[in-house]
Amino acid sequence: MLNEYAIQLKGISKYFPGVQALKNVNFSLKFGEVKALIGENGAGKSTLIKILTGAYSADEGEIYVFNQMIEKMTPIISEKLGISAVYQNLVLAPHLTVAENIFLNKLPSKWSFVSKSSLIKKAKEVLKRLEYHEIIDPNEKVKNLSVAHQGIVAIARAISKNAKIVIFDEPTSVLTSKETEELFRIISELKKSNVSIIYISHRLEEIFEICDKAYVLKDGEFVIEKDIEDTNEDELISYMVGRKLKRNFYISKEIGKEILRVENVKNKKLKDCSLSLFEGEIVGLYGLVGSGRTELARAIFGADKIDSGKVYIGGKLKYISNTLTAINNRLSLIPEDRRNQGLALKLSVKENINLPIYRKISKLGFINSRIEKETALKYVKKLDIKTPDIYKTVQNLSGGNQQKVVIAKWLASNAKIFIMDEPTNGVDVGAKEEIYSIMNELAKNGAAILFISSYMPELMGICDRILVMNSGKIVANIPREEYDEEKILAYAIKTAKFEEVDSK
Amino acid sequence: MKKIKLNTQIILFLVVVALWIFLAVSSEYFLTYSNIKNIMRQMAIQGVLAVGMVMIIITAGIDLSVGSVVALVNIMLSKMLANHFSIPLAILIVLIVSTSVGLINGIVIYDFGVPAFIATLAMMTIARGTTLLISGGSNVFGLPRSIANFASSDFLGIPSLFWFLIITVIVAEIILRKTRFGKYIYALGSNPEAARLSGINLRLVTYGVYALGGFLWGVGGVLETTRLWMGVPTTGTGYELDAIAAAVLGGASLFGAEGSALGAFFGALVMITIYNGAVLLNINPFWQRIIVGIILVVIVAIDQFRKKRSKD
Ligand SMILES: Nc1ncnc2c1ncn2[C@@H]1O[C@H](COP(=O)(O)OP(=O)(O)OP(=O)(O)O)[C@@H](O)[C@H]1O
Ligand SMILES: [Mg+2]
Repeated sequence: MLNEYAIQLKGISKYFPGVQALKNVNFSLKFGEVKALIGENGAGKSTLIKILTGAYSADEGEIYVFNQMIEKMTPIISEKLGISAVYQNLVLAPHLTVAENIFLNKLPSKWSFVSKSSLIKKAKEVLKRLEYHEIIDPNEKVKNLSVAHQGIVAIARAISKNAKIVIFDEPTSVLTSKETEELFRIISELKKSNVSIIYISHRLEEIFEICDKAYVLKDGEFVIEKDIEDTNEDELISYMVGRKLKRNFYISKEIGKEILRVENVKNKKLKDCSLSLFEGEIVGLYGLVGSGRTELARAIFGADKIDSGKVYIGGKLKYISNTLTAINNRLSLIPEDRRNQGLALKLSVKENINLPIYRKISKLGFINSRIEKETALKYVKKLDIKTPDIYKTVQNLSGGNQQKVVIAKWLASNAKIFIMDEPTNGVDVGAKEEIYSIMNELAKNGAAILFISSYMPELMGICDRILVMNSGKIVANIPREEYDEEKILAYAIKTAKFEEVDSK
Repeated sequence: MKKIKLNTQIILFLVVVALWIFLAVSSEYFLTYSNIKNIMRQMAIQGVLAVGMVMIIITAGIDLSVGSVVALVNIMLSKMLANHFSIPLAILIVLIVSTSVGLINGIVIYDFGVPAFIATLAMMTIARGTTLLISGGSNVFGLPRSIANFASSDFLGIPSLFWFLIITVIVAEIILRKTRFGKYIYALGSNPEAARLSGINLRLVTYGVYALGGFLWGVGGVLETTRLWMGVPTTGTGYELDAIAAAVLGGASLFGAEGSALGAFFGALVMITIYNGAVLLNINPFWQRIIVGIILVVIVAIDQFRKKRSKD
């Protein structure tokens, strides 16, 4: 059968300074097939799809699209062939509107004047397919949207082109369960209309939900391809990581005294939030996009202004008006958006990890470069950050490894109160396990952790209790014994007014 | 699989070597001790300004007030010296003034949120206007002989002026590589939000880098005064562009987080070599600027191409 394949990649190799990202990889995709591309951070997944879309050129190998060999793939050619991609780091133009972003390279126009009304109308139609036409305003500038809604815009753009091949590179890492559901619905619709799909994710249960096949890469090499029916999560993990993983991460810890108390904090996005954290506690914070989770985290850390409310640390009232004060009070914040808030992309791994502690490791302004280097090496090893050396700029690391750098940065800061906003965003299963065990270790040593995540399984897996936020308020405080996915979700989406809950 | 990595400094160094070989062959005067000293003197001022500029550019900023501040310092210093002020005191005063001007730039940029380009453009015209006001538009004469003597003096066989550049480059390299402030400069240029969330006081870093720039414009103005041996209210015109060009030749990116003091030094060296060579070869001086412009575009284009290649 000649015409069965939408895509065939043959013998693809790609070298970057210091790493062989892909070694002689063969990959094929049939019409109407949904294939998962999985592997550890830095395995070469994003590189492979960038070669397919022409964003990178391969050193060796051949690309066939619809049985036609493409001599030199470029983004323009791949676009013309009907390939569209949602990249891992959403490539949106922040200053343009939602509608303009969706139709960026084919704005409906008359004599090259963009017709605004038809643009808006078309954008609405696309958003409607995702059921977001009432939630996202096509006239809004993209930079004003939450990360999850930006994710929806990127997806809208990919499906707006009526592409025949759609690639999703970790789309759900920025989405919450609601958006994820819409995405899965769209994917099955696309599949029905014979569109082929490549789906990259570190969340294996998603793959079992929507994919036909799983293709595993490890260190740039092909490992195995499996029919979804013939495999299970454990097997795939062992192919990806080369070892078995623990299933249960929860450990019981000794809970000490109250270390952080937030009382009646209010600002534009927050309506009266109160919470307490105790030493040795890992507390989950769940909520839909826009519920104010991130805003609460930033307000506590002094990154955003609060209009009223009090923050006590170790029982003492503190005025945390800026991030430096927060750090001096041994607070830390792992921000949700690694590229815009977490990392100085042009600086090296070493410098990023040391950024919050330069103050501590320097005398009279001069940095102790021995400590600087040792700290970086220690955390690169601890978190298994894949980089040729600590002097590489972080923009050249794979997405998951960039995320690990953000985590390393705050682990190194010797904080006692950790606020982690989606810390496992984009990291592979093995590294997630490592992060959970680090969190447990921190808690065991008396730290308190506020763990924000859209991914309920991990919250239920590791947290001592879970707070739920809804419309700028904390609406529930659920102890471990009462965990129930349905119930938590209900608190998060209910629009009715809740009576005040005691979140202590 | 190790290839020799050509970094910007090495490319620039090769360009300098090529230019020097070419000029040495074309003009027998070029490689003489007195001409090399001449190059050093010419380069001293431009180099100091380029080093100040590169630090600002690394923060993704810019300072267009350079030439005007040099002129302001030149006129103030000349006036004071012509009126028999003590030389150290006069120099201290103008350095305080120029540093304050830089600090004001920093304040306008950080606290009032005025883009660096606009804020320093305004300062450029304000400083020039002040210079013209103070001088009434005419040159200032009557400076002590010792001033002019200093400009032509040597120390350890190297022009005294050039020592200022050497010290500036070394200190700036140490600041950029070894100190906390240096890391903060790069972090600010790469991602201000990430820097802020890392507890870095962006206000102080911004103030610091523009004030340091102002200080170096002051040093440049003092050196300029020794060379001119008078006050010239129109001096320094276009110095900011030379400084930016030298910094960019040396690998600085106007988007921030890239560049080094040593690079700026070599950038300035390339430009001075061209100016000097053009004189020796009797090339119409108007051509000099055209050649510098072309070299600027070519080198930066090569550099961009190289960076893109190493990326994909
Ligand atoms: N532009 C680049 N320059 C240098 N190295 C790169 C570049 N892009 C990717 N790499 C390297 O290639 C390897 C594969 O990266 P890739 O982004 O494909 O990984 P990935 O499988 O998508 O990982 P993740 O799950 O973390 O997104 C990594 O080691 C990475 O550091
Ligand atoms: Mg990737």
